[in-house]
Amino acid sequence: MHIQEELSQRHVLSLTVSNEAGILARIAGLFTARGYNIDSLTVADITQDHGVSRITIVTNGPPKVIDQIMAQLDRLVSVHKVTDLTEAGPFVERELALVKVAGVGEDRIEALRLADVFRAKVVDTTIESFIFEITGTTDKVDNFVGLMRQIGLVEVGRTGVVGLIRGTEAI
Amino acid sequence: MAEKSGADILVECLLDLGVEVVFGYPGGAVLPIYDALFNHPTIKHVLVRHEQGATHMAEGYARSTGKPGVVLVTSGPGATNAVTGITDALMDSIPMVVITGQVPTQLIGTDAFQEADTVGITRHCTKHNYLVKDPAKLAGVIHEAFHIATTGRPGPVVIDIPKNVQIATAPYKRPEPVAHASYRPQTKADAAGIDAAVEMLAAAERPVFYTGGGVINSGPEASTLLRELAALTGAPVTSTLMGLGAYPATGPQWLGMLGMHGTYEANFAMNQADLIVCVGARFDDRVTGRLDAFSPGSRKVHIDIDRSSINKIVDVDVAIVADVGSALTDMVALWKARGHEAADLSAWWAQIDGWRAKKSLDYAENATEIMPQRAIADLYTACTATGKDVIITTEVGQHQMWAAQHFGFDAPNKWLTSGGLGTMGYGFPAAIGAQMGNPDSLVICVAGDASIQMNIQEMGTASQYRLPVKIFILNNEYMGMVRQWQELTYQSRYSNSYSDSLPDFVKLAEAYGWTGIRIDGPADLESGIRAMIDTPGPVIVDCRVAKLSNCFPMIPSGAAHTEMLLDPSQVKGSMTDEAKALV
Repeated sequence: MHIQEELSQRHVLSLTVSNEAGILARIAGLFTARGYNIDSLTVADITQDHGVSRITIVTNGPPKVIDQIMAQLDRLVSVHKVTDLTEAGPFVERELALVKVAGVGEDRIEALRLADVFRAKVVDTTIESFIFEITGTTDKVDNFVGLMRQIGLVEVGRTGVVGLIRGTEAI
Repeated sequence: MAEKSGADILVECLLDLGVEVVFGYPGGAVLPIYDALFNHPTIKHVLVRHEQGATHMAEGYARSTGKPGVVLVTSGPGATNAVTGITDALMDSIPMVVITGQVPTQLIGTDAFQEADTVGITRHCTKHNYLVKDPAKLAGVIHEAFHIATTGRPGPVVIDIPKNVQIATAPYKRPEPVAHASYRPQTKADAAGIDAAVEMLAAAERPVFYTGGGVINSGPEASTLLRELAALTGAPVTSTLMGLGAYPATGPQWLGMLGMHGTYEANFAMNQADLIVCVGARFDDRVTGRLDAFSPGSRKVHIDIDRSSINKIVDVDVAIVADVGSALTDMVALWKARGHEAADLSAWWAQIDGWRAKKSLDYAENATEIMPQRAIADLYTACTATGKDVIITTEVGQHQMWAAQHFGFDAPNKWLTSGGLGTMGYGFPAAIGAQMGNPDSLVICVAGDASIQMNIQEMGTASQYRLPVKIFILNNEYMGMVRQWQELTYQSRYSNSYSDSLPDFVKLAEAYGWTGIRIDGPADLESGIRAMIDTPGPVIVDCRVAKLSNCFPMIPSGAAHTEMLLDPSQVKGSMTDEAKALV
């Protein structure tokens, strides 16, 4: 007997939650307990009184599972609102990465040239290394990191995705 | 404003909330609360023998009275012992508030004596939980906890209170009700769903009401409304294990329970229906059988207060997110306002009568051994004859299914069983809790010889509080359901399912100051049951039944509703790996 798996789609979910102890564990734990995937997760408080945080989760699953994830998240007492940005309409998403690249000579120049193409900023440098700051979609960051790997990638830190719906309305 | 200690604030809140009884066990981290209780004799405290017992007692109390069950336990092992009952309450949507002591805040995280991460451990087996680090916040949290436990889809809420927070003082006044920032369960249905459901019911040729624990949780009014809607439409009614009693077993449209050990007519009606109206049930795997063969030709309406239950397992055509009672009120009103008459369902009923003629609950009687089904049937007859209010609890296993099949329930809140989690050890403490809440009722725990041993220590609790609960053990010297599955699936290799070294239950009863009765054969059955009912005080009955009886009918794992096994002759004794891998 073999275990079957279903085809899945990427979805970006945006949640507002009460900013209280344990909220991240509730969200992350729900995903592990019910066998859902987390590709990335970001969290930070977004109100003046620090009462509400926004959590952005990139997940993947078949439509029925995504629907369940939404319903299960919405059921948590501390969750205010859950929006599937992927379904809600056009939205922007960005993540930020810090990319450390080491190299000398031609590699160093090529790294700077590629960074310029990707509009990455140099935020730290030594004679033999750079740290680039790049923002963009996950694909763009992936591509940049892929190119740097060929030049002399040392390490990468990524924030995961944040997203907002386009236009004048809040979710 | 006068300040009170955290422990006094807790007790004040319990009084304000109308709490009459707390099931608990003291320990180091709750001593301040126990001292506060000492000064408030109006709250009755039931001292249990094990914290798991306290949680099931609270469940039994809650399910039989409709009020939330309250549990008080200490930190560390007190809290971890409560986890099974908390999970059980979550699975079966039982309103329960569990107060746990915690080590003082400055010791949290230091692996202190009797420290456990209670909010971490219970995060996924509660509806919500709290760690309260400030006595000034305690009153608000306690009132909110009761609100969350009892509204929407009910469930358990844990409040973890460090010992120094119990001692520290804060101003106290009774909190005003406040709208919760994020918790606002939808209880009133959208009109469009009600409209669609009523029109589909009016037009259906082969409708079935598939009802569940949500009808019971909604309150007795919901059961009345279900009966009214069933009468108005003429549609047959089946129920899950958790919903028994919402529609009377003696009612004319009753099909019996559905699912794995449900009746032939209930499962075939589900399979052949053109409309299923699911009322407060959740398409559990015990109910659906093989999913791709589940009620293939029907349109489906699902009424549930929990949005996440909808389309979780089975896709439905009309989703109604609402409290069952509220949705049924709207449906009955709209049915009448539209002037609908019950459709002519005679062809459908004729088909159902054909399935009924299979008499799927029948069993071969035996002159020398008591058939377990006979024992339940006789218990039912004897209980009915008393004219008393009867509450039945069960443990988990064959006896539970036989009780569900052969004991008829005509009212809600009279049948207490662990459905979702399937917790052996539930029934006896639940009976104690039910008896606490219903002192004049005849409360009987139908048990198996194995299950009863899982919380048998609570016999002392029943003795201490003079609770006249009855334990009726169907003793077949096996973990019967495990043995049955081994017979069906593993060519009768009975690995560790024999109940060796059973105690002498009669002597055990006597040791606790109970009455013990042993029923050895069919000749003693009626008189033994009568003696149990007539004997004042707690009674344990060791009813020796046929050892190798199987619970039929049965839908084997991975099979469809139409592939029911009706009797032992249909058992093959082995299964495919795919079927074996299913629960």
